[in-house]
Amino acid sequence: MTLPIPLLAISLLTFIWILAGLLAMFTALSVVVLSLTWLERKLLGRLQRRLGPTRTGPMGLMQPMADALKLILKEDIIPTSSEKAIFWVAPILVVVPAFMIWVTIPGTENLVLKNLGELGLFYIIAFSVLGILGLVLAGWGSANKYGTLGGLRAAAQLISYEIPVIMVVIAVGMLAQSMNMVEIVEKQGSYPYVLVLPLGLVIFFIAGLAEVGRTPFDIYFAESEIVGGPFIEYSGAHWSVFFLAEYINTFAVAALTVLLFLGGWSGPFLTGNWEIIWFLAKVYAVIMVIFWIRGTFPRLRIDQLMAFAWKVMVPLSFYAIVITAVYLFYDWPPWSLTLMSLAGLFAVGYAIYRRFAGPASQAARVRARYQALEARAGQ
Amino acid sequence: MAENPTNVVARGEPVEMLLNMGPQHPSTHGVFRMVLWVDGEKVTDVEPYIGYLHRGSEKLCEGEQYHQVITLFDRMDYLANFNNELVYCNAVEKLMGLEVPERAEYVRVILCELNRIASHLLFVATMGLDAGAMTPSMICFRGRERVQAVFEAISGARMMHNYFRIGGLKEDLPENFREMVEQLMSVLKADIEEADRLLTFNEIFLARLKGVAPISLEDALDFGFTGPCLRACGIDYDLRKAEPYSVYDRFDFNVPVGLDGDCWDRYYVRVKEMYESVKIVEQAMKQMPEGNVTSSLGRRLARPPEGQVYVRTENPRGEIGVYLVSDGTDKPYRLKVRPPSFCNLSAIKYLLQETWIADTVVVLGSLDIVLGEVDR
Repeated sequence: MTLPIPLLAISLLTFIWILAGLLAMFTALSVVVLSLTWLERKLLGRLQRRLGPTRTGPMGLMQPMADALKLILKEDIIPTSSEKAIFWVAPILVVVPAFMIWVTIPGTENLVLKNLGELGLFYIIAFSVLGILGLVLAGWGSANKYGTLGGLRAAAQLISYEIPVIMVVIAVGMLAQSMNMVEIVEKQGSYPYVLVLPLGLVIFFIAGLAEVGRTPFDIYFAESEIVGGPFIEYSGAHWSVFFLAEYINTFAVAALTVLLFLGGWSGPFLTGNWEIIWFLAKVYAVIMVIFWIRGTFPRLRIDQLMAFAWKVMVPLSFYAIVITAVYLFYDWPPWSLTLMSLAGLFAVGYAIYRRFAGPASQAARVRARYQALEARAGQ
Repeated sequence: MAENPTNVVARGEPVEMLLNMGPQHPSTHGVFRMVLWVDGEKVTDVEPYIGYLHRGSEKLCEGEQYHQVITLFDRMDYLANFNNELVYCNAVEKLMGLEVPERAEYVRVILCELNRIASHLLFVATMGLDAGAMTPSMICFRGRERVQAVFEAISGARMMHNYFRIGGLKEDLPENFREMVEQLMSVLKADIEEADRLLTFNEIFLARLKGVAPISLEDALDFGFTGPCLRACGIDYDLRKAEPYSVYDRFDFNVPVGLDGDCWDRYYVRVKEMYESVKIVEQAMKQMPEGNVTSSLGRRLARPPEGQVYVRTENPRGEIGVYLVSDGTDKPYRLKVRPPSFCNLSAIKYLLQETWIADTVVVLGSLDIVLGEVDR
């Protein structure tokens, strides 16, 4: 059966429109990644009292271009013992979901490639899990023991932390009575959800850090232990694809944090599509916090990471759902949810404080012990 | 190249994976190699391999004149060059009965303590990196670079100084030495404190290091632990106090000790030692007299009488000993080094029981080995 000419023209137009949209998204995200690499290097440099890149262009602004050029021109080595097909396909499996998430993440009310309506959050969560497969395959396909270990670590870590993320997203969906990204932001018109559900922000942000493998959860590619984990055998353009995916995911986690908890693009003074400035400002602020954490903390060990996920994050996220349900069912004022949420945070904080450390945190306890020792030595 | 262990099957237990760590692993601090038997993320056994940096230094010493040997000692513990030069010079001086001018002794102490700080700064940097923290490494490397700039102004080289001579020093200090060191100490203290504040009591850092790979004092003594690794077990055994050499008996300083002998204690003792070294340098700068820096030997060849001598000093890594046999010629007949890193490293198999893969790099880092000294 052939389509009538007008319909064919329309579908062709739609097709071109979709292609143009995807191209625009791809370009925008690539620019974002370039800006993120520059920002990370500059910010870490500032945190460490150095300058960061300065030689390439003004303030080193061309450094990402130089890096990208170097990566693309580098020889792409494929180990002879690797599983070629898997080795080739793994980076694609990681980077495609990273881009796909952005199809439905709105910049402003109208600035979205395709608003999937009530499917929005479901779609994002579903695609964010897919990237794990690529990491495991990359580790396995490169026929390297460090790679395999990294892939297994990635599987364990990302799946564990997916649960609190999903739970918190459900809590937010309950609050907004919608899974539509745009609607969730509009519901936050008068006050962002961080004021109502601070617990949710904490869980989402920490679990999000673990999802994208940023410090202190950079366990599955820990350079000093398993030397890059799944990425160990990748070089040149292949490696840069993983790199691209990592930064897009970081940006996505920051964007979701902003959309779900920080009021998205809403802010004073700007209207219409100009509101994207608010959105970007908030996202970059969150990202700077992520970089700040990277500049400050060491890395956890895998058992500590898993214990934290299952003993703290998962119960807390269930608690978030329960208090949201209670709040909605009895129709209490919003501040009651804030109180319950803060109570949960403090209760868990206190439990950690009692369970793991006795009368004080480990740092305080160790500090007291060693100060006593020094006092004895001084006498 | 060492053979892979062949007893994998003979053990009769299922071995999930044999993981080769090193000699090209970034966290093995040089070219150390470990073969780990891992069960998932757990380390069940470990086989260490050394010798990738073996250069036959001890044998080479037999073919060099006494003064030329100093350069070889520079290249053993390449992070504590001055301390290594000191122990060798002390050995030859003791054999010859040479009197070292007081000024030279003070300069030696100042340089050795500065070198101790530089070495420990590098340790803190790598410890942070092993645990995944990148910022302390930047701070520490900057501090170390400042120390090395002073070394360069004095001896002409950042590392491998070849500055100490048998019976004194190569030449006197530069004229602006006092200002240089005073300026260095003010910024260096800030650097040490900054790294200390950032890392030492960090909750995650503690979680990674505290209670990991503890060793009891008895076991530590059995393994021949010395230096910070031994003091972490709670005993204040420091040759600078226990058996003062050079002019160390004239300074007021403490010997920091740990409590549990775990990784964190080994780290902590070194951090505290840096503060003590700062104290020693400041006192030595005040007391340093004017005068000659070369002994009666001058620039003549050293030719010790027939005999043998064993001298030991406190290196940043522990007790370094030199056993020197002279047959009365201008070259040593035999020279044996007791390297602290090597003896501390001997416990690696014991320490890595019941650990995780992530712990192996931390435990190895906490021993602070220098492969140039382990393999010689």
